[in-house]
Amino acid sequence: MEVEQTGRIYRVAGPVVTATGIEAKMYDLVKVGDEGLMGEVIEIDQDKFIIQVYEDTSGLRPGEPVENTGLPLSVELGPGLLSSIYDGIQRPLPVLNAQLGDFIERGVAASGLDHSKKWDFVPEVKPGEEVRAGQAIGHVQETPHLQHKIMVPPEKGGRIKTIQSGEHTVDDVICTLDDGTELKLMQEWPVRVSRPSVEKLMPDIPLVTGQRILDMLFPVAKGGTAAIPGPFGSGKTVAQQQLAKWSDTQIVVYIGCGERGNEMADVLTEFPQLEDPQTNAPLMDRTVLVANTSNMPVAAREASVYTGVTIAEYFRDMGYDVSLMADSTSRWAEAMREISSRLEEMPGEEGYPAYLAARLSEFYERSGRVKTLGGDEGSITVIGAVSPPGGDFSEPVTQNTLRIVKVFWALDSKLSQRRHFPSINWLDSYSLYTQNLSEWFVDHVAGDWEELRVWAMAILQKESELQEVVQLVGSDALPDDEQLTLEVARMIREYFLQQNAYHEVDTYCPLQKQHDILAAIMVYDELARKALNMGKLVDEIINVPAKSELAQIKFEAEYGTKLEEIETAMRAELA
Amino acid sequence: MKEYRTITSIAGPLVFVEKTEPVGYMELVNVILADGTVKRGQVLDTSEKLVALQVFETTAGIDRHSKIRFTGEVIKMPVSTEILGRILSGSGEPLDGGPEIVPDKRLDITGAAINPYARDNPSEFIQTGISTIDGMNTLVRGQKLPIFSGSGLPHNDLALQIARQAKVLGAEEAFAVIFVAMGITAEEARHFMNDFERTGALERAVVFLNLADDPAIERLITPRLALTTAEYLAYEHDMHVLVILTDMTNYCEALRQIGAAREEVPGRRGYPGYMYTDLASIYERAGRIRGKTGSITQIPILTMPGDDITHPIPDLTGYITEGQFVISRELHRRGIYPPVNVLPSLSRLMNSGIGVGKTREDHKAVSDQLYAGYAEGKDLRGLVAIVGKESLSDRDKTLLEFADIFEDKFVRQGYEEDRGIEETLQLGWDLLATLPEAQLTRIDRKLIEKYHPAHVAKKAEEPVPAASS
Repeated sequence: MEVEQTGRIYRVAGPVVTATGIEAKMYDLVKVGDEGLMGEVIEIDQDKFIIQVYEDTSGLRPGEPVENTGLPLSVELGPGLLSSIYDGIQRPLPVLNAQLGDFIERGVAASGLDHSKKWDFVPEVKPGEEVRAGQAIGHVQETPHLQHKIMVPPEKGGRIKTIQSGEHTVDDVICTLDDGTELKLMQEWPVRVSRPSVEKLMPDIPLVTGQRILDMLFPVAKGGTAAIPGPFGSGKTVAQQQLAKWSDTQIVVYIGCGERGNEMADVLTEFPQLEDPQTNAPLMDRTVLVANTSNMPVAAREASVYTGVTIAEYFRDMGYDVSLMADSTSRWAEAMREISSRLEEMPGEEGYPAYLAARLSEFYERSGRVKTLGGDEGSITVIGAVSPPGGDFSEPVTQNTLRIVKVFWALDSKLSQRRHFPSINWLDSYSLYTQNLSEWFVDHVAGDWEELRVWAMAILQKESELQEVVQLVGSDALPDDEQLTLEVARMIREYFLQQNAYHEVDTYCPLQKQHDILAAIMVYDELARKALNMGKLVDEIINVPAKSELAQIKFEAEYGTKLEEIETAMRAELA
Repeated sequence: MKEYRTITSIAGPLVFVEKTEPVGYMELVNVILADGTVKRGQVLDTSEKLVALQVFETTAGIDRHSKIRFTGEVIKMPVSTEILGRILSGSGEPLDGGPEIVPDKRLDITGAAINPYARDNPSEFIQTGISTIDGMNTLVRGQKLPIFSGSGLPHNDLALQIARQAKVLGAEEAFAVIFVAMGITAEEARHFMNDFERTGALERAVVFLNLADDPAIERLITPRLALTTAEYLAYEHDMHVLVILTDMTNYCEALRQIGAAREEVPGRRGYPGYMYTDLASIYERAGRIRGKTGSITQIPILTMPGDDITHPIPDLTGYITEGQFVISRELHRRGIYPPVNVLPSLSRLMNSGIGVGKTREDHKAVSDQLYAGYAEGKDLRGLVAIVGKESLSDRDKTLLEFADIFEDKFVRQGYEEDRGIEETLQLGWDLLATLPEAQLTRIDRKLIEKYHPAHVAKKAEEPVPAASS
């Protein structure tokens, strides 16, 4: 432990405070002023230490004390993380609420984990056994469905001397090693350093989201990275919340970075009521929320992304699949820009700091499917939202993000204006994982999965070409088979791509059902083309009654019989 | 009290002072001129020897011998329930000739952030009596929903109509309106005041006036004074407060002015890089708190320079607020009031404020279907301009017509016309009935059978009173 030193404030300007008289390292955590506001050293200029303060600095005066803790900003990792709601520096919001009331006043320290709660620890190793870094020495049943593994912290290891089962708080020593190392249920980790793993694995398992356009057309792999850029009002928040609710991962970390307070309130009231579709337990049981709304201090917003990803890595190290939503990385980048401008740094593009690209790629690189130190496989899928100003995708945050991520779900405000949800543009979006993942879909869902996907994309592509012609001459001027293509594309859009997040059945669509709906549309396409060749009129083909029944399939939970009836009826009508 | 006569330089609204004792960041400062005039300011940057102040009134008349008095406290707003019915200046001084406000409390105007965990989910439907709002972009209590307008458009009338007609169905509760004018003309302010007086709303209102010829820098504190008052009334006196902020564009200009005077590195179009955070500290003060009766609903108005929705002011606002009403110049030119263009308009909290028990079960479906039909019909207008109406298919012709009657019947309504939600939805169904029933794909079959005018008429014709489902 280093000696704590005390210096003095020299200057205050917004969230940036300059101090003298301490001898801090870069990124050391310091306590600023009489109230002990938390801050972090971000620049050292001779004897002056420049600190970003995580709390409001109104009323702070030069001359007040500054205390250096000598430690970097860290998070507490251990049982009790799940279903927590934190601010950007891992202070639990419910605890702050209880201590301070409805508004967040400043100068309050609150630790990330509950230090008084006792957990039942079940050892998995015996004295005398060798354990290495990252290996589980036992577990705590944190929720009915999740075993929280207690691991040897990275860079430690050795022969077990003692190990104790039973009820313990996170501070109790539960295990000692021969070299005297004491292990607790809890460990700490600096947020700006990624937790180590053995190696990265190929991303060849899909993240199943139950969202038709995502799973079928633009799938993301477990351990992959995806970006959702969208201008405001394009349905980005709903899309992210759907992903958080329905992704087939054991853990969800949701970072509301510069989010709206009311939307965070919506998440906070809705999540506890939702059921996890895999276990029927409350969704909150597998969720960690980091909420730093737009009016909370900007420096804590900058830190919130690191806090979230460190927690995600900790669960990954246990061998779990984690999905991490960051909403929005643009707000994070803006926090960097704001602090950079207070530091009077030379700005790069659009006032963003020159290190923007480096920070973004560092963050996304913390995703991945890995072999953990403990020998398991775990993954972090990062889904970052980007909010390009004015919907302009050429701005630096979007551009630097696109250079890194492998999946791009382009939200389109034109679509949301006509209430096509999820308003993901099927022509602009892409996924570089479709090749890696097709094998999995063929093995686990249906043999013609890949064929259906290619067919649907071709129809949609063809539609956009035909639309250009229609814009000029009207749809009646098109040949019959092209009119049919337009109709089939419309069916794909309305019956398949559109999905209602607020409808109790439609909100989650199992993979088999996704396949079946699209396959039924393809059946119609084949029958219709046959009928056309036999000389049936295109208007008649388009208006067969059975076809419009297909629109209702997505709203039915037990759709099997109905779908068969429709197919039989279509065959009869188009014969 | 510390007093100095050590001004080193004055630049625009900024004054730099040398001093010896420590001065707090954001502290309130009085600048006393030789003739005894007092101007107020705030500390923007404080270091051991030098302090930078922004002066809210003009710096005209300040010389290097003016006295600087540091008050040792941040700016506070004196509040009490007596404040209702008062007209105050942009810095909170009475303008109506009435007595000084005897404060019940003096509150820090910066206002701490509401703990997201303490927030309650806004879900109470506010009926504004305007179809484009109630039917398509529903406002709920605790929401912040701005009006994006342009110069010369009737956004003020719309705001007034909302303020006048807004109510929560079946509830008789204490409410208040806080009207915040920032840099608007005396004429526009008069327009608001006259309407408040005419309808008797003034006694439930607090008015903060910073007019076009008032100091620009004062605008930076006006909304904060107003929102501090709103929080006091909402959370300590259980009132439902509607805050109208006009015009946010002028506020942002003042922010840019200060940024430029401080020689900060500018962001987009010269606005400071922290404008997002600054705007958030205003807009995010809307909301509800669990266990408290009161609420704060905000309707900020902003004029988009050049009607450009991608301009930084509407853009950053849209990222913080829960949607927006967009006023359309095209509709206004065609004489349609209120000229709300529903397509780019949005209420993000609509889904939690509508449906069974709040408005009606078919609300969402009707609204989605109207949106889809109108969007398609509007697109077709472009096509008609090229190929003429004749070459459209029948389906397209009905949609084209649909867009026209939608604007004429649904969007258009009188300045005093207060439509109930049932009336608005009925109007929606009447319009949808002009489309072929098979085209209503956004609406559940059961709802069509229950509400579609054709089905309702058929039911009425049936001789035996059928049990309604």
